[in-house]
Amino acid sequence: MEHAVTTKTFTLVWVSLLALTGVEIFLAYEQLQVLIMLTALVGLSVIKAALIISYFMHLKFERFSLFLTLFPMLVICILLLFIMIPDAHRALGMRPPQ
Amino acid sequence: MSDAKVATMASVWEGGGSPYAIGSKKFGMWLFIISDALTFSALLVAYTYLRLATPDWPKPFHFVPSVVFSSIMTFVLLSSSLTMVMAVHNMARGNRKATVGWLLATIVCGAAFCGLHLIEWINLIRHEKVTFFSNPWNVPQFGATFFSLTGLHMTHVAIGVIYLSIIAFAVGRGKFSYEDVEVSGLYWHFVDLVWMFIFPLVYLLSARP
Repeated sequence: MEHAVTTKTFTLVWVSLLALTGVEIFLAYEQLQVLIMLTALVGLSVIKAALIISYFMHLKFERFSLFLTLFPMLVICILLLFIMIPDAHRALGMRPPQ
Repeated sequence: MSDAKVATMASVWEGGGSPYAIGSKKFGMWLFIISDALTFSALLVAYTYLRLATPDWPKPFHFVPSVVFSSIMTFVLLSSSLTMVMAVHNMARGNRKATVGWLLATIVCGAAFCGLHLIEWINLIRHEKVTFFSNPWNVPQFGATFFSLTGLHMTHVAIGVIYLSIIAFAVGRGKFSYEDVEVSGLYWHFVDLVWMFIFPLVYLLSARP
């Protein structure tokens, strides 16, 4: 139950999460290419998720076996969902000209 | 390998042990979180699919009020995670009074999030004429995905507010243990985590330049 995490650590994590959100809002108004923008936003969100999971949800201080049981499966399932994405281009190409 | 570790592993294989060294409530919540994460992932992928398959996806979110509102909502939800962590931290020290205080702060933040989100929805419905089925840009997929994603997330926040209220009430009356507060914290942080994906993918990518 007790571990080395102090209130200071939590506050630091919170400040970094706010800072990363600020960067995201700034990026939203930069005229970037869609793919670069998407990569940057999703990348920042994954970093934020990792911070929340490791510190707030305490996973960093649990046994590593818990992480191995829960997360590789989740990541593989999410990646498998992306099998659908290339089909979106086919659907776009099938639209009758307007 | 140390003798202690060999002993732990032996007891795990003999059964009756706790292989993850956590209680069953906490493990149950983790399993729920993983399955709920897949639900939200499926919705986000469906949204991405529809967005890529639709020419001229609308970008209806003005800086004021939509992006400002959703940024404040993000701030409120992130802060509520900090207050939740403080509640769990105080419960670990057996300080029930402080735990109830921090839980109440978390509940207020959660309720504020729901309120702000509803105001933002009403603004979108009244001023931008976006509904679940139709909108001025003739892209009905926009309203369907937007309201499904944000609506499911708002439902999670509302359930979380009720859940934390029950926990706060019981902790105040001297019931429930540290694990119960910690498990409710896991749920709350997960709701926060989901918003970290919905906010950039739904709001920021559709911000009006």
